[in-house]
Amino acid sequence: MYQNNHINVRNLNVHFDNNHVLKNINVEIPDKKITAIIGSSGCGKTTFLKCMNRLIDSVDGVKITGELLVDGENIFDPKTDVTLIRKKMGLLSQRPYPLPMSIYDNVAYGPRIHGEKSRKKLDHIVEYYLKEASLWEEVKDRLKTPAARLSIGQQQRLCLARGLAVEPEIILGDEPTSALDPQSSQNIEQKFLELKDKYTIIMVTHILRQAKRIADYLIFIHLGEIIEHGPAKEILENPKEKKTKEYISGIIS
Amino acid sequence: MLLNKIIREKINSKLMLTFTILSCLLVVLIFFGLYYKSSPLFTNNSIKDLLFSSEWFPLKGKFGLLPFISSTIWVTLISVIIAIPFSLLTAIYLTEYADKRFVRMINPLIDILAGLPSVIFGIWGVIMIVPFIKNHIAPALGISSGGYCLLAGGIVLAVMILPVIIHVVSEVFRAIPQDLKNASLSLGATQWQTIKYVVIRKSMPGIIAAIVLGLSRAFGETLAVLMVVGNVVKMPHSVFDPAYPLPALIANNYGEMLSIPLYDSALMFSALILFVIVLIFNVISRIILVRIERSLGIG
Amino acid sequence: MDKRKIEESIFKILMRVATLSIVISLAVILISIIYKAIPVMNWGMISQTPQGGFYLGENGGVLNAILGSLYLATGATILALMLSFPIVFYINIYAKKGSWFVHTVRLCFDILWGIPSIVYGAFGFSIMILLGMRTSLFAGIIVIALVILPIIVRALDEVVRMIPQGLLDASYSLGATKTQTSVKIVTRQALPGLITAILIAFGRGIGDAAAVLFTTGYTDNVPTSLFDSAATLPLAIFFQLGSPVEAVQNRAFASALILTIIILSISILARYFSGKYNKFKV
Repeated sequence: MYQNNHINVRNLNVHFDNNHVLKNINVEIPDKKITAIIGSSGCGKTTFLKCMNRLIDSVDGVKITGELLVDGENIFDPKTDVTLIRKKMGLLSQRPYPLPMSIYDNVAYGPRIHGEKSRKKLDHIVEYYLKEASLWEEVKDRLKTPAARLSIGQQQRLCLARGLAVEPEIILGDEPTSALDPQSSQNIEQKFLELKDKYTIIMVTHILRQAKRIADYLIFIHLGEIIEHGPAKEILENPKEKKTKEYISGIIS
Repeated sequence: MLLNKIIREKINSKLMLTFTILSCLLVVLIFFGLYYKSSPLFTNNSIKDLLFSSEWFPLKGKFGLLPFISSTIWVTLISVIIAIPFSLLTAIYLTEYADKRFVRMINPLIDILAGLPSVIFGIWGVIMIVPFIKNHIAPALGISSGGYCLLAGGIVLAVMILPVIIHVVSEVFRAIPQDLKNASLSLGATQWQTIKYVVIRKSMPGIIAAIVLGLSRAFGETLAVLMVVGNVVKMPHSVFDPAYPLPALIANNYGEMLSIPLYDSALMFSALILFVIVLIFNVISRIILVRIERSLGIG
Repeated sequence: MDKRKIEESIFKILMRVATLSIVISLAVILISIIYKAIPVMNWGMISQTPQGGFYLGENGGVLNAILGSLYLATGATILALMLSFPIVFYINIYAKKGSWFVHTVRLCFDILWGIPSIVYGAFGFSIMILLGMRTSLFAGIIVIALVILPIIVRALDEVVRMIPQGLLDASYSLGATKTQTSVKIVTRQALPGLITAILIAFGRGIGDAAAVLFTTGYTDNVPTSLFDSAATLPLAIFFQLGSPVEAVQNRAFASALILTIIILSISILARYFSGKYNKFKV
């Protein structure tokens, strides 16, 4: 039923040297929804996320089998242009990593590396996406200052704007609020709820309450295996598997 | 017995402190020693004449060091200009692209290059670089050169400082967090774009420190340069001219320096110039590197 | 193919060329010396001191310089080691960690490390004149010890810094003093790194020329006491190459090969011992 979805995962297996980190992952991710990947730390949820934009490539000794289809194309196919895959996805990592340049250049970085040169267009893009990330009002008078001077909450919103500026279809969040204060976390969550009409959002979180607040769809991973996945409401209110029940009630964490 | 132990411990500690302070004082000691030995020179020659005059007539008491100073600067600059592209490209390749096994193969070779004595580089310069410049490079450009020239010195020095720059730059590159690179990669940047716009930019202070360290190494290098640079007291006008750097001046004349008045002072003054410049270079690069270490939370 | 991919491939090629050219220059240095040395190499070069007529191209070898260099480097390494242990122990075990004093000491050794050996030579020479000393093995040992002291201190410091605080605390909790801990625990822990540091410093001592030029002198005899002048290999090479006689010039290549072989054996040995401390230290 999800034939036309952006992301389909089939028999995905990931090994780090001799560790079998992800085992036979099969899942389809619904479009224009917030999908939360939950599970205890070390279960492989971040690895799963890193597979989607192939940042996993930079890890030493990694071996991947199976297929991860993005718009019907297997991204692990050696012929795939990895930069095009990544352009389709914006990433918010655990801690914000502003690039070593000004606020303006951070947002303009993506469009620029993909060949946009027109100053006028870039100005427009920067303003548009900073507004989209609700950061414009706070920084419009100091666009030329180094991004590192922003507060950590502002940096994370800058990273969101930077990610949106390459016009992705998908947003990946790797525990994007874990380094932020409660107010900034709430800003990001709010932002995700606003953005889900336009983007498919996949986020890893270890905060069950966060998943309850914003997720439409849940994937529960335990020790490298998907135990259960489905609409968030169903899973939270009526988990089918014993492990899921235990996780939700806090027995395993 | 216990008291004994405590007292001994105290003595040991103070003794070690003394050693430590004494060796650090060496820096100051060398400065004042060289200054003291070169001071007789200052009564007849102004510092300005010593540094900026090219009148070098030791028998008449004229010690204008400009030809030596400019030779040193030229040969150092040439070596760094040659070494920078090679060392940066190699460091980028070894840290960002190359296969781990390949890196493990190459690193020992770079270490060996770093460990070769300068006289070996000098011999190599005499065997290969000098004839190559004389017979191939200079004729190709329609210039006649004996081969013993600034360019020969620069090339030999460049190979000598390559390992220093590669080593420091690689350490700085390795300290860049993978997540920062991921931030760029995840926007669809190619690896090269990530290196160009993020890694190099973020490492800029470290790269500068590495180059300055290489500069200071090249500045004081003696024997290798001395053997290939020609040693003619004259302001060099092209890279194919022979030159006479400061360290070569000191090394070549140690034997006769006692027979001509003030000659020894002039040589000690040359050593002082070398010392001060190298000291400044070193302090600058170390301070940059320590800052980087702290800001990245390593070391 | 898009433009940025082409740029990346061009730079990748350039990087490979740069890396390769560094490896090739090392190979070329070694091969050119071997090539020039083989025709003039003979057993007499190693087993004999210069005989009458050596400097006209007749019989003899550089045994005086080989032994001179080995004596010099051995003496200097021992002296530098004796000085460096207390310093490294002090800044790592006794002094307060991360204090202003420790930073300054480390900076001082970075500076000393960077001072060109010709400056050490000139400084040593002026001290010798002050004291009315003649050139001797002894003077050379002291100056070379100063040149390699920062090398050993920095290398040793890096090794000792890596020793976990827990290990030291374990020793203290058994009632050991800091001195006992330093000597018994730290020395043992640092041993592999120490051996590497010693070998690198020893190699530097053998290869250095600029510092001994003024201080050790040069002689055709093997030194029999600390206060004799002594020949060294780098200077032997340098002087032979400067000779107007071609046969003597060619000997410089043979001497250079001997020096290269000594240095290479030392680096291979150092690499063998370095084990996990394979961070390159010069």
